[in-house]
Amino acid sequence: MISLADMKVNQIGTVIRVDGGAGLAKRLEAMGIREGKNITKLNCMMMRGPIIVKINGCQVALGRGMAKKIMVEVGT
Amino acid sequence: MKILLMGNPNVGKSVIFSRLTGVHVIASNYPGTTVEYTKGTLKFEDKKVELIDVPGTYTLEPACEAEKVATEMVKEGDLIINVVDSTNLERNLYLTLQILALKKPTVVVLNMWDDAKHRGIKIDLEKLGKLLGVPVIPTVAVTGEGIKNLYTRLKDAKVPPHPTYSKDERWLHIGEIIDKVQVVTHHHHTLIEKFEDASIAPFFGILLFLVVLATSFQIIRFIGEGLIGYAFDPFFEGIYAPLIMKLSAVLGHGGFFHDIFVGKLINGSIDFGQSFGLVTTGFYVPVVMVLPYVFSFYLILGVLEDVGYLPRLAVLMDNIMHRLGLHGAAIIPMILGLGCNVPGALSTRILESKREKFIAATLMAIAIPCMAQTAMIIGLVGSYGGRYLAIVFGTLFIVWFSLGFILNKVLKGESPEIFLEIPHYRIPNIGALAKKLWMRLVGFLLEAIPFVLLGVLLVNILYTIGFIEMISKITAPIVTVLWGLPESAISALMVGFLRKDVAVGMLRPLNLTAGQAVVGSAVLAVYFPCVATFAVLIRELGIKDTFKSALIMMGTALIIGTVLNIVL
Repeated sequence: MISLADMKVNQIGTVIRVDGGAGLAKRLEAMGIREGKNITKLNCMMMRGPIIVKINGCQVALGRGMAKKIMVEVGT
Repeated sequence: MKILLMGNPNVGKSVIFSRLTGVHVIASNYPGTTVEYTKGTLKFEDKKVELIDVPGTYTLEPACEAEKVATEMVKEGDLIINVVDSTNLERNLYLTLQILALKKPTVVVLNMWDDAKHRGIKIDLEKLGKLLGVPVIPTVAVTGEGIKNLYTRLKDAKVPPHPTYSKDERWLHIGEIIDKVQVVTHHHHTLIEKFEDASIAPFFGILLFLVVLATSFQIIRFIGEGLIGYAFDPFFEGIYAPLIMKLSAVLGHGGFFHDIFVGKLINGSIDFGQSFGLVTTGFYVPVVMVLPYVFSFYLILGVLEDVGYLPRLAVLMDNIMHRLGLHGAAIIPMILGLGCNVPGALSTRILESKREKFIAATLMAIAIPCMAQTAMIIGLVGSYGGRYLAIVFGTLFIVWFSLGFILNKVLKGESPEIFLEIPHYRIPNIGALAKKLWMRLVGFLLEAIPFVLLGVLLVNILYTIGFIEMISKITAPIVTVLWGLPESAISALMVGFLRKDVAVGMLRPLNLTAGQAVVGSAVLAVYFPCVATFAVLIRELGIKDTFKSALIMMGTALIIGTVLNIVL
């Protein structure tokens, strides 16, 4: 299990859990990022910039700090 | 009775609102276009009822101000139209279930129905309606498809008979619904989708951004200059000026009324830049010098907005914006501010914290000149050569960046991270683009002309009663000594509180040196927001923070005016 920030570009993973406060989990959840969902890392901006993921066929940009709190299991 | 339009950000609520009420509101392809609710009326069961376009929200548990507006509005609604993005049913249903739990009569609209088809998404409408317990209506709001059907079926809105679900059950229930109603067939990546990915790829994205920036700039200048040089100016000089000369003759070429309406005659004729009467300079500045640029700017902005480029720009800029204590989404108030600072200040509502709002609003008001002001600066400073224009805008950029950098260090608190949905690219609908442009132009004229005329009138009156002379004496140490401007520039600085474009225009007849023109333009941009922006700042930041912000502006103006005066 690794964090979303550590995933490689174009890797697909499954969200296992969100480490962090209830507030963060709620915001992520409302955007569709929650346990059990498949998530694809599309891009990451250089110099610790934001990460772009694909979830439910729609793209979301999120900060690296948030991405570090999203733990995913990468399929083999 | 109140009907609310609710849904996730960027699902097309504002377009549906315009279609149902005939009241046109700005709609764009990025989350957070609507930050304030808009009201319109609609005939429903032979009565006039209120329809309210509510800012988009992902959940009824709000994270930013625009979302708070939405959750506050909910309480007042008697009927809810829940607009859903058909291409993203699963996530949208999360809010839908929260809305249904309110136990108010509801209809669900599946908007962007055509898009879902193109993406190989099939949704069984009848089944979905049964499972949700409310009518479900497919629409393509941009073209108007399905709107009539929505209108006639509003009367079928129902309070859903279902039990309300707890948070954990909600997703489970959504999963069940999706399994039953939605079939997604695989489709190949289209060219647009490939381009979507490329435009936020680290290297290509930045390259594309530079191309977009340079192209936009060139087009705005080309159209703006072209309209002024080949249409507006010839018309005013050739047809309008002779008419005003007749008016001047009727008024006897002089006297109190003549000076207020026509202004002073320069060498026996009207000079639209210098005469300074209500019907000469008062019209010439907003209509001839500014409107063409406002037109070309909003034309380009409209295209970028509707294509869906702005959220991608936010991603690309995120890194830089973090140095200013902001995140990428704060680029949106800045871009809107380039058109007019008022919508720029309003759109700071998409930011999450008070600290971010303060920094963004202050930086926008201080260092982002609105298009009206920019057009006038180009007219004034550009005549001395492009080098001086570069100094003015370069100074503003340095102020923007270094002030943000300082505020980020000084103000307590952290800057939240970007968390933004990136919409699909869309090919803009020409009709919708034209309508939006028209609205913005009318908005500009309605806002600008009264203030410009008021400014011109006020200057004429204050000048006549000797007030300006008095103020000039008091402020002379700053204006003439520190900034090196002539004493007569004070009237321009005073009008700047009302309208910056006229204020810059007032510097023209003063025969300034290039350096003075640069100092004057830069100081006018920085020292204080125009009255319209100031009013919005008070509403958005509160009096205390606006006061702080204004102090920062005046301090900065003092410094850069002096520095520029010494350097140039």
